[in-house]
Amino acid sequence: MIAEAGLVALWLAAALAAMQLMLAALAVSRNDDTLARAARPVAVVQGGLALLAMAALIRVFLQSDMSVALVVANSHSAKPWLYKFAGAWGNHEGSMLLWVTILGVAGGAVALLERRVAERTLTATLGTQAAIALGFYAFLLFSSNPFARLPNPPSDGQGLNPLLQDPGLAFHPPTLYAGYVGLSVAFSFAVGALITRDVGPAFARAMRPWVLTAWVFLTIGITAGSYWAYYELGWGGWWFWDPVENASLMPWLAATALLHSVSVLATRDGLRAWTVMLAVVAFSMSMLGTFLVRSGILTSVHAFAVDPERGTFILILLSLYIGGALALFATRIGVVRAGNTFELVSREGSLVANNLLLSVILGIVLIGTFYPILAAAMGTQLSVGPPFFEKAAGPIALVLVVVMAAGPLLRWRRDTLGALVRRLTWPIVATGIAAVALVVAAGWFNMLPMLGLALAAGLAVASVAPLAGRNLLRTPLFVYGMVVAHLGIAVSLAGMAASTAFTREVLVAKAIGESATVGPYRVTLRGIRPVIGDNWSALEARLDVQRGDGSTRLLAPQSRFFSNPPTTTSESAILTAFDGQLYTVLGQPDGTGRWQLRFWWKPWVTLIWFGGLLIAGGGALSILGHWLRDRRQKKRAIEAAEAAAHREAWAA
Amino acid sequence: MRRWLLWLPLAVFALAMAFAVRELRKPTDRTVYSAMVGKPLPTFDLPPIVAGKPGLSTADVQGQPRLLNIFASWCVPCIAEAPQLMKLKAMGIPIDAIAIRDTGPAIRQFLARNGDPYTRIGDDRDSQVQLALGSSGVPETFVIDARGVIVKQHVGDIRDDDVADLAAAWRAAR
Amino acid sequence: MIRRLLALVMLALAAPTLAQSRAPADYANVQLPDPAKEAEATALMATLRCLVCQGQAIVDSDADMAGDMRSLVRQRIAAGESADEVRAWLIDRYGDYVTYDPPVSAATLPLWLAPLLLLTFGLWLARASFRRRNK
Repeated sequence: MIAEAGLVALWLAAALAAMQLMLAALAVSRNDDTLARAARPVAVVQGGLALLAMAALIRVFLQSDMSVALVVANSHSAKPWLYKFAGAWGNHEGSMLLWVTILGVAGGAVALLERRVAERTLTATLGTQAAIALGFYAFLLFSSNPFARLPNPPSDGQGLNPLLQDPGLAFHPPTLYAGYVGLSVAFSFAVGALITRDVGPAFARAMRPWVLTAWVFLTIGITAGSYWAYYELGWGGWWFWDPVENASLMPWLAATALLHSVSVLATRDGLRAWTVMLAVVAFSMSMLGTFLVRSGILTSVHAFAVDPERGTFILILLSLYIGGALALFATRIGVVRAGNTFELVSREGSLVANNLLLSVILGIVLIGTFYPILAAAMGTQLSVGPPFFEKAAGPIALVLVVVMAAGPLLRWRRDTLGALVRRLTWPIVATGIAAVALVVAAGWFNMLPMLGLALAAGLAVASVAPLAGRNLLRTPLFVYGMVVAHLGIAVSLAGMAASTAFTREVLVAKAIGESATVGPYRVTLRGIRPVIGDNWSALEARLDVQRGDGSTRLLAPQSRFFSNPPTTTSESAILTAFDGQLYTVLGQPDGTGRWQLRFWWKPWVTLIWFGGLLIAGGGALSILGHWLRDRRQKKRAIEAAEAAAHREAWAA
Repeated sequence: MRRWLLWLPLAVFALAMAFAVRELRKPTDRTVYSAMVGKPLPTFDLPPIVAGKPGLSTADVQGQPRLLNIFASWCVPCIAEAPQLMKLKAMGIPIDAIAIRDTGPAIRQFLARNGDPYTRIGDDRDSQVQLALGSSGVPETFVIDARGVIVKQHVGDIRDDDVADLAAAWRAAR
Repeated sequence: MIRRLLALVMLALAAPTLAQSRAPADYANVQLPDPAKEAEATALMATLRCLVCQGQAIVDSDADMAGDMRSLVRQRIAAGESADEVRAWLIDRYGDYVTYDPPVSAATLPLWLAPLLLLTFGLWLARASFRRRNK
């Protein structure tokens, strides 16, 4: 019953999306305000219905309704509550529904809140949103129905992949999807502005909060995903340059470039064509992130071909949206008046450099990710992995760090190199001191992490430098946003470089009672015991961990066995200290009464994710800051208008 | 801005889509094949794993064309291909084997249950010979000619319709 | 108590899957005594692809075959081979698929040139945004 209600809600939402699209198309082509006004409530109701459908799906998962095919394939009644809940989107159909739900809700929010752009541009934007949503609804209803029933329900389900049975699943996909959808709103704005030839600062200001929100969510999603992989996979790695990770990194890179170019367009009316292009690229990347990863084309072409119908559907949708937008771009952007041009040494100049370097990194990641597929089609099997990405993108990223340090210290319009160097004195000194201190303390080691650490020190100083000499209370919140976000990059970079350069790895086989030393810790194996959970059983090692003469702490890494489906996972146990983490994993018995144990001491590794949170926090501050300023300006405008009306009244 | 530049993104995208359509209609075979095909068998000397069946060394494999089956008792597809191996044996084709990461008792049980098509079985306890052969998993079957050169690699379990192919390759290797 | 018993039963049931194959190879999960050689081996293992996994390097894979490959790498490095020699030995057997660091060849030239080409094209494109400074 609930499944049917969900399906009905989905059909109704699809019908409303079609209506929204037609209303918007008519309103824009006839320039009809009445029709345009009608599109807004339709968008709101459509969002509500999508939300209802998602709620219905969550409900059937929570109830373990085994007459629904999706529940059978991805759930099990013995699974803990949280994973039944999150399991609703831990699969293809459910994640598509989650996507379109967030899309619908975001579209509703645009319809409710947006008052800045011209009504006609907004209507075109809502029309584009409806077109995107319609494609997703069609995909769900015709080839990925999450509510399909089974004629002969089995007594129980097949369970969820144990690697996904982690609190990470509850919020990692929704955060990433919120980011992807935010970029789809930016895309809709770009297409709307192209349709009405209205690419200018007002459009940029309307788009900015969506880009920023998307970017904040993507940042959180990637940060959380990285930490999830770090503790779940059991080998201490936090980034693997794996296609799935790259697919989430690419939209982030595009969104980062976009949010900087949007601010150039909003403040200085430049980079018009480029900003629109980036909005299209960012959305394309998020479509790649959603579709091609899910469909498995990246890891194995065969997985993609298992369901050619879905594959075809995906390709048609991609061609319609992205091909359509690019064609629109090519035909319309020439008509848009070229924006302002800039001086090389200026804030704008540094932002152009930022965009250039980020786009090049994006290109490298894109090419590196898809090159093996291309090569395989040409008859060569090859792999592209961490060494390529580090060699190709690493140096460019370090140049980008330098640009990032300099940019905020440059004035808009025009500046001089001499003044810039003067303002960069302290960051340069910090970089130098850090480099010398590193060589003295640790000797000469790996070039890239070394440079990374030194530059991180410089960037940290440079990112707070814009606050120097300012009245801290009167500094706008969005400046703090930038400071915090840039500082976050420095912190994260320091964490990456330090943990890459100084990690200590110890792999041992130990009998009970024996101990090993890793970094500053002494680890003793006290015992191994069986443990049982809701739907798994495990062997748990009890490790006494002591640092110097400090107190002893207990760590309990597990080797877990899941029966539905049968899988073994390693549950690492991690001790977080102020200066790093001790990461412990229990392996297999070696056959002579000893146990394989893996220990890592990872100095400052926590900075990676802490930096990620700072970056996201900076983005949030920036959203808040822009919102407050807009509100203040609006209030001032209203007051001025009232005062003018008052004067007029008196004059009359 | 030059006009062709505006169409460039669309052109790149169209190319990517055309490629995706091609892949969708005719997916590229992405099996990893050994680069050792066409080269002589690497030198190795593996001890026996079950009593009464000799181990396997490079010298044993020369003189007569044969199949070299990489298998393990813990591998499920190996059970699936066992009848096909018996058929090949019945055709008079000598089959040698390398057991990967396995134990004597387990192999004995496996052979008792699924039939024993093998002349010799070498014990490759740490898969070092498997790696030297460029084999990426179990089961795999190599066709070796009389001079000890690898002429063909079959990846995965041998299905019914693969039997004729392998037999033909073996005959051609004579 | 019942939970504890149940746990033991489940472990006993799980044991056959554990005992499927033999204990891991000598150097699969054991480091080389010489820290310099171990560092060289680890750096190499991080760039070698596990052949039976979904896109993992052998250094961070639980697969048995990855363990055997680690053992092979450590033993060869311990015996005095260089990382490049071991990589070449594996490429001879598995082709370029086995290394995450694609060797420069006709097939990978576009890949390795891509960063430079992108940068050049980007600079050329960005030039349009800047005013000519001849005033």
